[in-house]
Amino acid sequence: MSQYTAQDFKKGQPRWCPGCGDHFFLASLHKAMAEIGVAPWQTCVISGIGCSSRLPHYMATYGMNTIHGRAAAIATGVKLANPSLSVWQVSGDGDGLAIGGNHFIHANRRNININMILLNNRIYGLTKGQYSPTSPRGFVSKSSPYGTVEDPFRPAELCFGARGKFFARTVATDSPHTVEVLKAAHAHQGASVVEVLQNCVIFNDGTHSQVYDKAGRAKNAIYVKHGEKLLFGENLEYGLAQEGFGLKIVQPGVDGATLDDVLVHDAHCEDDTLQLKLALMGNNDGFPVALGVIRDVEAPTYDEAVHHQIDEVNAKKPYHNFAQLLETNDIWEVK
Amino acid sequence: MSEKVTIQDLDQVVIRFSGDSGDGMQLAGNIFSTVSATVGNSISTFPDYPADIRAPQGSLTGVSGFQVHVGAEQIFTPGDLCDVLVAMNAAALKTQYKFAKPGATIIIDTDSFGEKDLAKAEFKTADYLGEMNIDPDRVIACPMTTMVKDCLANSGMDNKSILKCRNMFALGLVCWLYDRDITVAFSYLHEKFARKPAIADANERVIQAGYDYGHNTHSSAANVYRIETKHKKPGRYMDITGNKATAYGFIAAAEKAGLKLYLGSYPITPATDVLHELSKHKSLGVTTVQCEDEIAGCCSAIGASFAGALGVTSTSGPGLCLKSEAMNLAVILELPLVVLDVQRGGPATGLPTKSEQTDLLQALFGRNGESPMPVIAACSPTDCFYAAYDAARMALEHTTPVVLLTDAYVANGSGAFKLPELEAMPTIRPPYVPEELKGKWTPYMRNDNGARYWAVPGREGFEHIIAGIEKDSRTGVISTDPENHQEMTGLRRQKVERIPVPDLQVMGDADDAELLIVGFGGTYGHLHAAMDTMRAEGKKVAMAHFRNINPLPANTAEVLRKYPHVVVAEQNCGQLAAWLRMNVEGFSPEQYNEVKGQPFNVTTLVENFTRRFF
Repeated sequence: MSQYTAQDFKKGQPRWCPGCGDHFFLASLHKAMAEIGVAPWQTCVISGIGCSSRLPHYMATYGMNTIHGRAAAIATGVKLANPSLSVWQVSGDGDGLAIGGNHFIHANRRNININMILLNNRIYGLTKGQYSPTSPRGFVSKSSPYGTVEDPFRPAELCFGARGKFFARTVATDSPHTVEVLKAAHAHQGASVVEVLQNCVIFNDGTHSQVYDKAGRAKNAIYVKHGEKLLFGENLEYGLAQEGFGLKIVQPGVDGATLDDVLVHDAHCEDDTLQLKLALMGNNDGFPVALGVIRDVEAPTYDEAVHHQIDEVNAKKPYHNFAQLLETNDIWEVK
Repeated sequence: MSEKVTIQDLDQVVIRFSGDSGDGMQLAGNIFSTVSATVGNSISTFPDYPADIRAPQGSLTGVSGFQVHVGAEQIFTPGDLCDVLVAMNAAALKTQYKFAKPGATIIIDTDSFGEKDLAKAEFKTADYLGEMNIDPDRVIACPMTTMVKDCLANSGMDNKSILKCRNMFALGLVCWLYDRDITVAFSYLHEKFARKPAIADANERVIQAGYDYGHNTHSSAANVYRIETKHKKPGRYMDITGNKATAYGFIAAAEKAGLKLYLGSYPITPATDVLHELSKHKSLGVTTVQCEDEIAGCCSAIGASFAGALGVTSTSGPGLCLKSEAMNLAVILELPLVVLDVQRGGPATGLPTKSEQTDLLQALFGRNGESPMPVIAACSPTDCFYAAYDAARMALEHTTPVVLLTDAYVANGSGAFKLPELEAMPTIRPPYVPEELKGKWTPYMRNDNGARYWAVPGREGFEHIIAGIEKDSRTGVISTDPENHQEMTGLRRQKVERIPVPDLQVMGDADDAELLIVGFGGTYGHLHAAMDTMRAEGKKVAMAHFRNINPLPANTAEVLRKYPHVVVAEQNCGQLAAWLRMNVEGFSPEQYNEVKGQPFNVTTLVENFTRRFF
């Protein structure tokens, strides 16, 4: 049992708009941290710029609210300098995938042991309503009055493309599931990406409406769990099966389909092909939105490898302080 | 042939080794300077690389030079023009002869002056000496390639490896000219090639062959020279480049402060060697990260500082542009950070391998908002060590980012470095938040110096957030209150202004100079040499050189107002002059500005100052 409660991680009065997904997520994060049980003084939350980047101000932990897009790079330095800290990086879709896209992919590639939260409302809220890199093609906003003419990023694809080892998705309003996913992200050693689908009530209301409430999720989402059958629907009457190079929806007992046809989720599979297929499913294609830990593969973490190398070299090299370092040079004496 | 040769005493000599980029000119030059330093001579070296990645062999654009200045008394620069030019091929002679003094001795490898070589070097006739108006009597023309091949014929080495030893033949010949002890060179080689003794042996034989060639043919050379050391400063020394000295300064400062050293960096000429050097020293606990970009280099260093390390980021001008926003974050977070800018020619890509002082105003002002930041400029290769140490100390003790300016000239140049003792270096005491403030502390509380207390994550009871957004000076929470912003702006400024820095020293004729020469950073040696030359001619000249640029030394105005003429000489269009005019009321200096990407030329400086002020 953890000695902490959600209250121990709370600070201040959030200033987000009433109904903003950030409120829901913040409450889940407080709760998850309490259940994880790492002390507030050993926890560090780092954000960039944007509505969601205000989050560290409402944490009773150590925190930094930095500059636009750079939270992952800053978190990398924090973790390397102080590996005993539990490091959380919080970004929105603009902060994390537009201006900070480079740091997002490289943090995943290196596999630095930080938890990377991506609060995705598919809009720029703080600057009052411009399209983001996750807004769908044709999206009408203040900066795209005739609709965007560009395709969005799909965060999982970016994460996998950067050789990411952990990807999970949850919905801000689904608190118990968010807590569960956050705990899994913490438990995973390495870069853990958690995409949180959240609503912006002012500038992009209803963007995730198909999965934003419980009834919607029952119909339009699938909760994936490692080792369990990929079943969904109000009565779990549907399942996901493989067809050729893709997925299809089957209904066991109908048209000759059986429960054996339904895939068992393997989040630990090194090959991310099917995990990516799960992550890219969308309601517009007739598939449910996958929620839960989609990929969770063990691999050496960057911070451990860095410190391991330092220890290894330290054991081999004969010099361990500045005075000894000087002696490794060609030295002459003038008398 | 007589075994006796005339030895002539010399005060100083400048030797320029030149050849293809792959000819090993730097190694030859380095060995010569080390051999000279061992007998107590003052040394200064400077490499002159081509910007081309790998130009075709024997072509004009592929020539690289390495200049070594050896002196009996203290010398300050690698010298303007050389007394001896070693040209390993026709292209080297063609491009490097302009760096030779009139009447300089020219050493060439005649085997590299064939028809094709001459064509590549764009000579029109076979009379290359005539084309360049070089007196053949000053030329030591020697078939080096042939002799190196003969010397190593039985070595079992392949032809390519044998040809790589040509540089050692030239070195041996120069060692003979200046009466150097070649056994010092032998031990240098055996240490350098400790794991390849066959290579060391081969090189040793070639040096000996070059030396013997000089000895056996001395009748064709006018004299043999020797540089006798006049004022020895006893102690233990090593040869060090500016970049290596900078890396050592950071290591020393971190150890003195009891902190881990973290370097976040991205490769960029001419700063990359600092990343290379620090990456080697994991046994000292140094963490280096080659980041995805310049921004991440700076940002990760800020993260490391927040987490309790000495955060450093290294770059050159274009990278400094990219780091600006993050540097500003460090200003408002009030965290320790050292930003090393090894200046090169600009703007944009500019002259990547050449040296300028054109980033000064960028370091001082190149950020949004009121963004005060201390700036320190290193004066010489060996001073890079002390400047890096001071920059780290200032950053840690005053919880502020500090810009350390060096330049390609001091970074790549080298000098004899008297081994420092860490015990004798100034203490470094970061303002950790005192335990007794637990419960009362807020993130923007300051110590008596105005430095924000440093509460390193992992300490219970000091959980806090710092942010790039303005905070209330008392509570540390976000504030847009106008009075508070005014106050915080002032507090950040005063913190930097109150950092103690040493007084400006006046060298030369401090009491009665007609002319005060003022400079900063890497031009120290050339300006000093210019002053020395003018004083030797009987002129009253003084010099004041800025190492601390922000804050300025307290006596700055007093010094600048004392002399009839003040000339601010710098390798930009007047950036230090502008900064001084801004800070010293009524001060209106004369200026000397050069933006050529090359170090100053002492002779040119002396002529210019004499014409204008005497």
